[in-house]
Amino acid sequence: MKFIRKQLDNIKPQVQKGGKLQAFHSFYDAIETLFFVPKKTSASGVHVHDPIDSKRSMIIVVLAMIPALLFGMWNVGYQHFLSLGETAELWTTFLYGFTKVLPLIVVSYGVGLTIEIIVAQMRGHEVKEGFFVSGMLIPLIVPVDVPLWMVAVATAFAVIIGVEAFGGAGMNVLNPALTARAFLFFAYPSHMSGDAVWIAEKADGFSGATPLAESAAGNIQNLPSMVEMFFGTIPGSIGETSALAILIGAFILIYTGIGSWKIMLSGVIGGLVMGLLLNVFAVNPSMEVPAIHQLLLGGFAFGIVFMATDPVSAAQTSTGKYIYGFLIGFLAILIRVLNPAYPEGVMLAILLMNVFAPLIDHYVVQANIKRRLKRVTVKA
Amino acid sequence: MPQIKIKKGLNIPLKGQAEKILSQGKTEGELFAIKPTDFPSLVPKVAIKEGETVKAGDTLFYSKYYPEVKFTSPVSGILKEINRGERRKILEFIVESDGKQEYKKFEAGNPDDLSSEKVKEILLSSGTWPMLRQRPFDIIANPETSPKAIFISAFDTSPMAPDYDFIMNDMAVDFQYGISALKKLTTGNINLVTSAEYSQSKVFLNAKGVDFHTSKGPHPAGNVGVHIHHLNPINKGEVVWHINPQDVAIIGRLFKTGTFDARKTIAVTGSEVLKPAYIKTISGICINAVLEKNVTEGNHRYISGNVLTGKKVDKKGFLGYYSNQITVIPEGDEYEFMGWALPGINKFSKSRAFFSWLMPDKEYKMNANLHGGERPFTFSEEYEKVLPMDILPVHLLKAIIVEDIDLMEQLGIYEVGEEDLALCEFVCTSKIEVQKILRQGFNLMIKELG
Repeated sequence: MKFIRKQLDNIKPQVQKGGKLQAFHSFYDAIETLFFVPKKTSASGVHVHDPIDSKRSMIIVVLAMIPALLFGMWNVGYQHFLSLGETAELWTTFLYGFTKVLPLIVVSYGVGLTIEIIVAQMRGHEVKEGFFVSGMLIPLIVPVDVPLWMVAVATAFAVIIGVEAFGGAGMNVLNPALTARAFLFFAYPSHMSGDAVWIAEKADGFSGATPLAESAAGNIQNLPSMVEMFFGTIPGSIGETSALAILIGAFILIYTGIGSWKIMLSGVIGGLVMGLLLNVFAVNPSMEVPAIHQLLLGGFAFGIVFMATDPVSAAQTSTGKYIYGFLIGFLAILIRVLNPAYPEGVMLAILLMNVFAPLIDHYVVQANIKRRLKRVTVKA
Repeated sequence: MPQIKIKKGLNIPLKGQAEKILSQGKTEGELFAIKPTDFPSLVPKVAIKEGETVKAGDTLFYSKYYPEVKFTSPVSGILKEINRGERRKILEFIVESDGKQEYKKFEAGNPDDLSSEKVKEILLSSGTWPMLRQRPFDIIANPETSPKAIFISAFDTSPMAPDYDFIMNDMAVDFQYGISALKKLTTGNINLVTSAEYSQSKVFLNAKGVDFHTSKGPHPAGNVGVHIHHLNPINKGEVVWHINPQDVAIIGRLFKTGTFDARKTIAVTGSEVLKPAYIKTISGICINAVLEKNVTEGNHRYISGNVLTGKKVDKKGFLGYYSNQITVIPEGDEYEFMGWALPGINKFSKSRAFFSWLMPDKEYKMNANLHGGERPFTFSEEYEKVLPMDILPVHLLKAIIVEDIDLMEQLGIYEVGEEDLALCEFVCTSKIEVQKILRQGFNLMIKELG
């Protein structure tokens, strides 16, 4: 520990303004603050601060994703061997998935953090931690067979156009990870949908269709059981299949107070309401999929827990969060079932509501202002 | 039934609460100071020269824009120094006590028998007027206006705050005199808010001429800002005054004896104080004289007031005009290795992101470290959880940052004081300087409204 501090202190003068390595200031700063919480003390206002900081919050979100990640790695292996008709031991299965997923994570973090550091250096900012989370989200929401260069391009797009163009993490309108996902989806549709991409090195004869695709095609007799969908032994994007793993993540987020339970709860209610409405007016098989099933299908659970709750792109006000979450759930199922073009609606629903979140907040703020004005007239 | 029952808020469990032991502090020959910087928006004009002798109650300086608002010496002695800072800004009027404590005589008498004008005149000339503060903007009450109500909170819920029941135990007569004086200043009512958690001292409960209210919940349940918001909210154009109970007693003594007798009892608190206790002293005393050898070794932060709203002072600095407490905590200006990743058993947090939630009844030693870098507003609804008012704090702060006067007004800037949003600053993940921004907003409003 003292050794690291000493090394950092040795390098410090060189990266300061006027130093030889000034161009690496932001990089140095990112590394330094990673090892050591800065020694800065409060200059105005309160003299004690809650020990929570941006790094701590972000790392907890990453921790919450770990169950989904580990399960996803195992499931990649499991689906692979299943398609080949082979059985493999737990470790072999996991290791297979690990070797498939790790490169995605490395590429996502590598590209994203490099851009973040360069931009921070250009602007003279500190490197912000938002990408801790986005960098982990991106690998979890892509099919396992997506080429690495596509992930790199999509990540670069998301960070540059989705975040930095708006002024950096904290100022972005859209969820960065979903921006990357949407970019992939529209730029390279053949690699992001269909039956071929969901299982790594799949045997040709094996149908790799996700339950979601089966549902969209109206083959609801092919849907896996609730139990399979809950535990997640089904094909799909890496992190989205296991409702159980996602629930563990949701619990961590809600218990630590970092994720908004309001958005999660209202999102689930929104999805259920739409699901039930569709059941009532069902005219085709995909509308008949039970509402509970809809919640377990595709990326719904993952989206509601990890994407909709992104504090920057979500609604900021308490009432706004209920509306925002509800509409995400409601629209996700609506788009999923009723539109013919895309099998999944969660991504689009969240991005759409990201755009509308400021409007929702605007009306909540106006309501607060009206309440204050009303106070005067009531008394007068 | 408590009239104000709040759930939002936070009690910060700090180590170093003052024990209920009272001792007499040394005041003879010590240094005392009145600091113009304690009064936001005040432009001081010097009234006497360095080296002149003063009695307790003699004017040291006055307000440039309201010359009738005077600031007087709390002790008799000589004006030792007018301490100036950058650009000759006046920081402190330092008076060295001669130990005799001679008082300037003001007119005495039961305020009930005096006219409003007379009461006002005595308050202004004696230097006790600045004890009255107004909302909006939490500045010295404007002597040209009359408030729609006056609020007094009989309890303080801030971290390690002094217990006014204990402090004011023998001040029933003084307090009542003070209340009578305040009654002359408003056509509205005097609201005395007591705690609903415990029964308060008879000094408060037997007060006459006041409207009683009770409040219950975590900090800021004792803040006047919260009381005003729930009982008699401030709308555009309205003014409410508030005053600390101990200051009411000082005003009472003024009318009882005709002297500016600024003796007060303060709580000496904080994890770095060896024996946290109460001490009888005089307003404006040098912190060093109070603490003497009662602090631990090390690099400390000395605060006049509490850890949320107090002002950082030098070890040889002075007790602020509005302070009834001194807090000493470690400065904490050192690097913490992997601090953001450790379990954090010893770290108190509003969130459950540290494992300290396993020990709910623990008291913590906290230092002045920010515990992280400053970031833009990122996490939402952190502030709302500790602000028991129907106000959207983040939107208000953003309105201030973009200097949108209309929006600031609409979002309730008239109702809040820095102390009300102090907890927001405490819990902020992004380490935003909430109180500083709020004061900038107040300054902007004062400038705009003329």
